[in-house]
Order: sequence, then structure tokens, then C-alpha cells
Amino acid sequence: MGGSVKMIQETLKLAYGENSESIKDKRIAAVQALSGTGACRLFADFQKRFREDSQIYIPVPTWSNHHNIWRDAHVPQNAFRYYHVESRGLDFAGLMDDIKNAPNGSFFLLHACAHNPTGVDPTEDQWKEISNIMKVKGHFPFFDMAYQGFASGDPERDAKAIRLFLEDGHSIGIAQSFAKNMGLYGQRVGCLSVLCEDEKQAVAVKSQLQQLARPMYSNPPVHGALVVSTILDDPDLKNLWLKEVKVMADRIIGMRTALRESLEKLGSQLSWEHITKQIGMFCYSGLTPEQVDRLTSEFHIYMTRNGRISMAGVTTKNVGYLANAIQEVTKSS
Amino acid sequence: MKPETSIPTAVASLEISSSGGGAAAARRRLAALTRHLQDSSPVADDDDRRSTLLASVTSGFDADSVFAHVARAPEDPILGVTVAYNKDPSPVKLNLGVGAYRTEEGKPLVLNVVRSRMKEYLPITGLAEFNKLSAKLILGADSSAIRDNRVTTVQCLSGTGSLRVGAEFLARHYHQRTVYIPQPTWGNHPKVFTLAGLLVKYYRYYDPVTRGLNFQGLLEDLGSAPSGAIVLLHACAHNPTGVDPTLQQWDQIRQLIRSKSLLPFFDSAYQGFASGSLDADAESVRMFVSDGGACVVAQSYAKNMGLYGERVGALSIVCGTADVASRVESQLKLVIRPMYSNPPLHGASIVATILRDSTMFHEWTIELKAMADRIISMRQKLFEALRARGTPGDWSHIIKQIGMFTFTGLNSEQVSFMTKEFHIYMTSDGRISMAGLSSKTVPHLADAIHTAVTRIR
Repeated sequence: MGGSVKMIQETLKLAYGENSESIKDKRIAAVQALSGTGACRLFADFQKRFREDSQIYIPVPTWSNHHNIWRDAHVPQNAFRYYHVESRGLDFAGLMDDIKNAPNGSFFLLHACAHNPTGVDPTEDQWKEISNIMKVKGHFPFFDMAYQGFASGDPERDAKAIRLFLEDGHSIGIAQSFAKNMGLYGQRVGCLSVLCEDEKQAVAVKSQLQQLARPMYSNPPVHGALVVSTILDDPDLKNLWLKEVKVMADRIIGMRTALRESLEKLGSQLSWEHITKQIGMFCYSGLTPEQVDRLTSEFHIYMTRNGRISMAGVTTKNVGYLANAIQEVTKSS
Repeated sequence: MKPETSIPTAVASLEISSSGGGAAAARRRLAALTRHLQDSSPVADDDDRRSTLLASVTSGFDADSVFAHVARAPEDPILGVTVAYNKDPSPVKLNLGVGAYRTEEGKPLVLNVVRSRMKEYLPITGLAEFNKLSAKLILGADSSAIRDNRVTTVQCLSGTGSLRVGAEFLARHYHQRTVYIPQPTWGNHPKVFTLAGLLVKYYRYYDPVTRGLNFQGLLEDLGSAPSGAIVLLHACAHNPTGVDPTLQQWDQIRQLIRSKSLLPFFDSAYQGFASGSLDADAESVRMFVSDGGACVVAQSYAKNMGLYGERVGALSIVCGTADVASRVESQLKLVIRPMYSNPPLHGASIVATILRDSTMFHEWTIELKAMADRIISMRQKLFEALRARGTPGDWSHIIKQIGMFTFTGLNSEQVSFMTKEFHIYMTSDGRISMAGLSSKTVPHLADAIHTAVTRIR
């Protein structure tokens, strides 16, 4: 019920580090999960069962399915400030405030990198402060890492926040997904890990995670896991993968630049700086739901109504059309 | 044991007597439904409402009443974008919804290093073709329920996943939260239903004295279940006992269930594996669906396609009308999305490929029969080996029981003894997997049973 041992070992190295002490000391309870969704859900169910009174603090905004997951696990949710609308960046002061004001020992959902939907990530210094205050408050950080490699092009760099927290001695949980960074969307490959006090606790926690998975789907599907372990276990294949991940990330970064420049060339009076400042697959455009509806009805451009654009859908062929459409619906604002 | 040769092919045309108290009761139920529906569905006028409530003539009860109240769920805000995009006929359109990487050409990228022809995310409900073919497989190609679009089928993670999704749906939308499961049953059943939020109760099933079906007990217990309760039924090859009702007994069970408006929830994990015939092993399910009533079916391809590790299965819910089925499907999506978003592609594509191709399908039926036959022959061999040794007791249940498992009747002491002395491993309830036997190992097992039974009472 735990899934492929080899796959889990290699997956943990990606998140915790190639030479991670936690891995060596066998302190990590880890099971293969049904991609990121499944990993989050398993953790939410685990949280409900073993910390009955706990709640989860979720950033505003977040991937919409996060709310569904913790709701279906019957874990009450709280919000913490994250996105700053005016600056289209991080509401760092609000975030720190909410962390401070949460009761000690609260559970926090953090996006490890490439925040979905905003693309706004804390800087390394900001992550350090967040880690500090969380340590003081005894909070439990749960990282959802769905875009490792996709944010900067370098998986090690994208895991920086997690590594900082580990250095500071936190016990953490991580949901990892190979949907995007290995293109294995349809195979549902991921991993849930929980860093424990010691090996004994890790064994206990893992057994409980398996107990939760059994009445949901018994075992995870093998196919995708085999692909992952084959790639990660072979140095040549792993290198090839790292190269391809960089290509994907670079193309997206290129499209961000192209879209911003196109809008500026069209003479848009608005600031589109955030397009290149934000990171990862998504751009939180700042478009209103009404503007989004116009993009759809007048230009056949589809995006979620919160104005989130998947930059992956932008190409050199369509960026001009997109810029033009955005300019059309925003020029009067 | 099911009669092997004399299964009537005219099962589908069974005379179904009107059940449940006749016209007055039907009118009462219709009136209750009308009040119920007033809240949820935006129906234009009374005429429309009544027409959707019209019960199937054959059933004598309101076929669409159990799920007719289910409201249509909104599309997932993210995945719904792609749904809308796909519907858009414009030659110029852009999908900037789902976070799925695209190349410069706007195509999904199959990483060279991954090197296989993979699609991206399946829809929440899974591979559409797989779903259609799965429904056909269990309900029959000529099923009127399928023809009338009254069946919603969603791909799930094998049998377990199908059971869990079905149970969660019922816990949210069905009016009765109790599920009756057979005593004994697969160890995971109670956990699946309990975690989904249902209350588990048991109905008598296995008779340890006859090592067969406790039919009277079953009828009594289901007879005293509250109206509308859910009833878990093993479609064939009951796990762990291998004891199945005969067709006549199935029909009596069906009539009792319909008379109390109980909801049948079938777990079909061994279709084709039990008797060697896909159709024969689906008789029980088809009997229920033919009478026009509601039905829930969890299918697994773990055993019959040997796809254990790929987690391939399907959940079908047979509703009263196509519209109800569509609404039910929308609600199933809300259960699935926060569990794992969408199901794994690999195993389902394999199954779809086989089911859709008549040559491959035929080859599969031959292999299925071979598997089933081998198990049946192991039963025969073990039975004969015990008889040859003069092992005390009646061992005929070994050849009467069906499917992968035999409930030997050995007690836990005898089981421990066999493990220690003969290195034979089985669950402590005395259940053995016949699939684990071969002609070479049958004598060893027979020796072990013989010794255990003569040494330990």
C-alpha cells in the first residue's frame, strides 16, 4: 500500500536533498500518493484522524481544490493573507501578522514555489522570517510542491524554502507531484511525506497513512511510479530530465517577457510588470471577472474567472492575439 | 452452488411481479416525491414533474425516486474552463485554463525522457470510452438502461475506489445512511463504508454448519432492515466464502429488496473469473437492473484482467432517467475531485483497447475461462485428495464454492498448526486462495488439512 520503494526514495531526495540527514536517519514517513491532490487529501485525512481539534490555515488565494480537499476531510479552514492586490505581490506584513496571531501549533498550508494561482513567491529572506516566526509559534508547515523545477528551471533552487525550514529544525509535511515536471499528469504520481522525530515515529506514521489509503483506493497505480523511479534512479536519464525541465521553465519565462512587451508596445497605460515578476506556470493578471468573460465571449480566450492565465498556453504564435485582446478589454480601465 | 449448465438464457425476461403494496402505495410514494422535488429541480409545471416520476411498469415502484432529488453540481472552476473551451466551435480559440504545460506549437509535451504516448489529465470521470465499455460489460450489450442513458459510469481506482466513491456519494445524497453488508465479507468493506460516513450493519450470509448460504437468515435480516437501506451484494464469487446464491435465490433476494425499496450496491470483482463466463457472472446484477430499479455497481479489473497494480475500476449508478443520471454524475465529480482529481490513465487505456477490439476481447474471454477452469480443477483435485486420504468431514463445499477463495471451515488453531508445521499461509478465518494452488502443491495442502483436522478439533 506504500507504493514503489525506489520511487519514494528518489522522490524524497528531490525534496529533502540528495544528502539529507533526515533521509539517512529514516525519519521520514513517506507513501506514494495520487499526485498532488491525493497527497494533500491523505495528509488532510491524517490530520483529521490524529489531530482532531486542528484547523488548516490556507493562503488567500490558493488553488481552489485545496478548499475542497480539507473540507471533504472535515478539517476546518482558516485564511491567512498572502496576495497583495494593489502591488500584485506578496502581502508580507499581513502574512506575518496572521502567522503571529494564529494559536500556537497551528497547521499552515504553504506553496513551496510558484504559488498557484498568483505566481507570487516570498523571497529567500522573507522565507527565513516566515520560518523563524513559525518555529517560535510551534506551527506545523505543510508544503504543497507541485512545480519543483518549473519555477526557476532548477529543482534544487525551487526547493529552497523547504530546505530553509529543514535547517531551522521544523517538522514538516510535503505533498509532491510529478504531474507537471514530468508531464505525468494522467498517471497520478506523487508522494506524501511527513518528517518525524525519529525512525520509530516515522514507521508508525507511515503505517497510519497506509491505513487511510486502504479504504480509499487500496494501493496507488504502479505505472507512473515505475516511470519516475526509472528516470530518477539513472544518472543519465535524470540529467536528461533536468535539461527538459529547464527548457519548459525557460519557455514559460520567455512567454512572460513576450506578453509583457507586447502589451507595452500596444501602448497599454496599465502596469504589466507583474507578468515578469511572477513565477511558475501562472500569471495572476489582475483582470476582473467581467473582463475575463469578455475575453471569452469576444475573443474565445479561456481562463479561470480570477484572471489566472496559464502561461504554458501562450506561444509565440498566439501571444500577439492574446495581448491585443487583453488590451481591448482593459483599455478603458 | 450455481447450476453450471442449466442457466436459463431467458433470465432477462423473468416474470416480475408487482411488488410493494399496489396502486395506493405507489400514489403515496409519488406524492412524497412531488413534495421532495419541489425543492431541487427547476421543473416548469406539474405535468413535467409527474412525467419524470413515472415508474417503470415492470418494477411496481418509483425507479427514479431515490436520486431524483440530486441537484446538478457546478463544474469545477478550473477544469470547467477546458470543458467550455472544448465546446467552443470557433476556429480561433485559446485555452489558458488548466495548468498543463504546452510547447511552442501549443501541444502537450511528452518529455523525451518519459518517451511514451501519454495524454494529459483525464477528465474527472476518467476515460469516456472505458466507462462506456465497462457499463456494457457488466450490464450487457442489450441493456435498456444503457440504451435509455440512465446509467452514469465513472472510472475509479479499482474496486476499492469505486466502492469508496459510491459510498461517499450515497452518504451525501441518499436518504438512508445505513448499509447492510454480508457476514462475513472482504475485510476492507466495513472500513470503506465507515470512512465514507455510512453506518455499517450486518446481514447473515454464511452458514458454518452447511458451509453454504444461510438463506433464511439473509431473508430475515434484509426483511427487517429499514426501508431504503443500502445493501451490499457480491455479484459473484463471494469473498471470502465462495458461497453464491442460486439464480432462484437471487430472484427472491431481488424481490425482497425491491419490496422494501432497499438500494442494491453490487461489488463485482470477479466477473468472468468465477464461472469462466462473463455473462453468467453478471446474471445477478443484470437481474436487478432489468427490473427497472435503481442499482449501484462497483467493478474491478484487478483480477479478471490481471491489472492489480494499475488500479482500474468503474462505478456505475443506474438511475430512473437520463437527466437524473446526468445530475448524479455531476455530483460524483465533486466527490472525486478533492480525493485525487482524476483517475490514472494507463490501466484504463489497456482495458478500453481490449474491450473495444473484438479479436482481443475474444482472446481475453479464452484466457479468462482458462483461469477459471484452472481454479475449478484445483478445487476438484483438492476435494479428491482429501477423499483419498479419508480425511474426516464433508469437504464437498470445496467444489460447491466458487471463485478464488474457499472457506475451508478450519478454525484458527488448525490454521496456525498448518502454518507452523506445514508452512502453509492463509488468513486465520480458514480462507484459502485456490489460485495459489497447483497440481504439485495440492498433495501437500491435503496432507496438512488432514493432519490438522485429525490432530486438532
